[in-house]
Amino acid sequence: MAEESRTKITHAGKLGYSFRRHMHERFIETFLFLSALLSIAIMLAIIVMLVKESLVFFQHVSIWQFVTDTQWTPLFDDAHYGIMPLVSGTIVSSLIALLVALPLGTIIAIYLSEFAPFTVREMAKPFLELLGGVPTVVYGYFALLFVTPLLQIIFPELPGFNLLSAGLVMGIMIIPYVSSMTEDAMRAVPMNLREGSYAMGATRFQTAIRVVMPAAFSGIAAAYILGISRAVGETMVVAIAAGMQPNLTWNPMEPAATITAYIVQVSLGDLPHGSIGYQTIFAAGLTLLLITLLFNIIGHVLRKRYREIY
Amino acid sequence: MQINSEKPIETIQYKSEVKNLSFYYGGFNALKNIDMVLHDKRITALIGPSGCGKSTFLRCFNRMHDLYPGNRYEGEIILHPDDVNILASNVDPIEVRMRISMVFQKPNPFPKSIYENVAYGLRVRGIKQRAVLDEKVEAALRNSALWDEVKDRLHHLAFNLSGGQQQRLCIARALATDPEILLFDEPTSALDPIATASIEELITDLKNKVTILIVTHNMQQAARVSDYTAYMYLGELIEFNVTDTIFIKPKNKQTEDYITGRFG
Repeated sequence: MAEESRTKITHAGKLGYSFRRHMHERFIETFLFLSALLSIAIMLAIIVMLVKESLVFFQHVSIWQFVTDTQWTPLFDDAHYGIMPLVSGTIVSSLIALLVALPLGTIIAIYLSEFAPFTVREMAKPFLELLGGVPTVVYGYFALLFVTPLLQIIFPELPGFNLLSAGLVMGIMIIPYVSSMTEDAMRAVPMNLREGSYAMGATRFQTAIRVVMPAAFSGIAAAYILGISRAVGETMVVAIAAGMQPNLTWNPMEPAATITAYIVQVSLGDLPHGSIGYQTIFAAGLTLLLITLLFNIIGHVLRKRYREIY
Repeated sequence: MQINSEKPIETIQYKSEVKNLSFYYGGFNALKNIDMVLHDKRITALIGPSGCGKSTFLRCFNRMHDLYPGNRYEGEIILHPDDVNILASNVDPIEVRMRISMVFQKPNPFPKSIYENVAYGLRVRGIKQRAVLDEKVEAALRNSALWDEVKDRLHHLAFNLSGGQQQRLCIARALATDPEILLFDEPTSALDPIATASIEELITDLKNKVTILIVTHNMQQAARVSDYTAYMYLGELIEFNVTDTIFIKPKNKQTEDYITGRFG
């Protein structure tokens, strides 16, 4: 038996209902609920605002015209309101960015999670995080003033503004997001799964590819979706380095505008409130929201389908 | 014509000999000068209180300790009939693990189908022929008494199996590559009594096919399944003998105290 303790805990007088504890719990619960509610409310407010302002726009321009017209010139006398040039610019620059960010981010994550010795990992992580902390405007000028001239050595006919350079730099910018989330997902895979694989005579690489990555699938999918959303929503780099001319093209060697670049261009201009030109940014914004929503739904479905089960 | 129709007297066959084995986790001396043998196609049990080093000892046999930095072996584990010291630095741990399989404490199926779980060891060896894979997977599942339960859903995810089935799947996975030694690290400690009974039965059935080394917390289990038993305490091998001798008349006082439940 343990020694008799000197201090004695005195229990409350009688057992019963504690009003004070009850209120305290209710207060905390309500506070947490309101915090959760706030973020949902903000999201709803954004959607309501975008839809409401877009409706004004769609009273002037039919949705058909919006989707099928191949020109986007709302500020010209001969106004055209086809969103496709902006969508193509967004897709091309995002695709280039993802072609850089997803493979490299995944390779870095595999190395850091499964191969790197402790000291290397501890040194590499802050550097990667630094890469993610650089302001996007710096990346924009890096693309325009450094990467584009570099690319022009290889492709002399490349224009000063182009989607390729913007996409590449955007990809570099997104690497840390993808790699750090992928690495977290892989490191969360329990050691006993890895040991099971090693015990079967698997190498580190086989274990990483055949066991750890499938086990971390949902986390990796979340990392990829975040990367895609960042690429689609990125503004500064494309606004600076890709030029701001809406251009229906799938050729990365051409200048083009993305949805975000257009919105920032118009927002900074001196269009009067309520004009049709001004209303276009809400329609463009709604399109952007729908694209990111689509990816989030895909991500959600994938995560549901391949739940993390260890 | 031979007059003597009886089987020849069984010659003592060792699958493995442990010679003066010590093991260090960094500066901590976890195993101290262990000398022991594994009899070929027999079951050897390791018993002892928590922290006595029995799992550490088991994991020396497939060089599991090589996965973590700062671990160090001294001494030898000789694998017969090759007469090779598997702890030697010029022996690739992956080669060792391809011949000495392991089943863990907690069932750890991979996030793959039942079929692919069993085929894993073959696939990492580069075996791709469907016919070979099919045959080995079926044989391993039959040997682990799981075939009848899963033959209609081989391509379902392994996580849908019950805990006991998952553990038998892990045994099938370990068996599929025809290992020479099978290591069990407390294979039933996460299972209910019925699943435990089926695993024990399975281990007993495997006896004549493969050499088995099993760590167990459960002395009854050691008594039920093993042919030889080693009692360990604080990183030392206190007593090693035929299981019946260890449980009926142990030579060492410490072993007797542990067996009779006076300690541990």
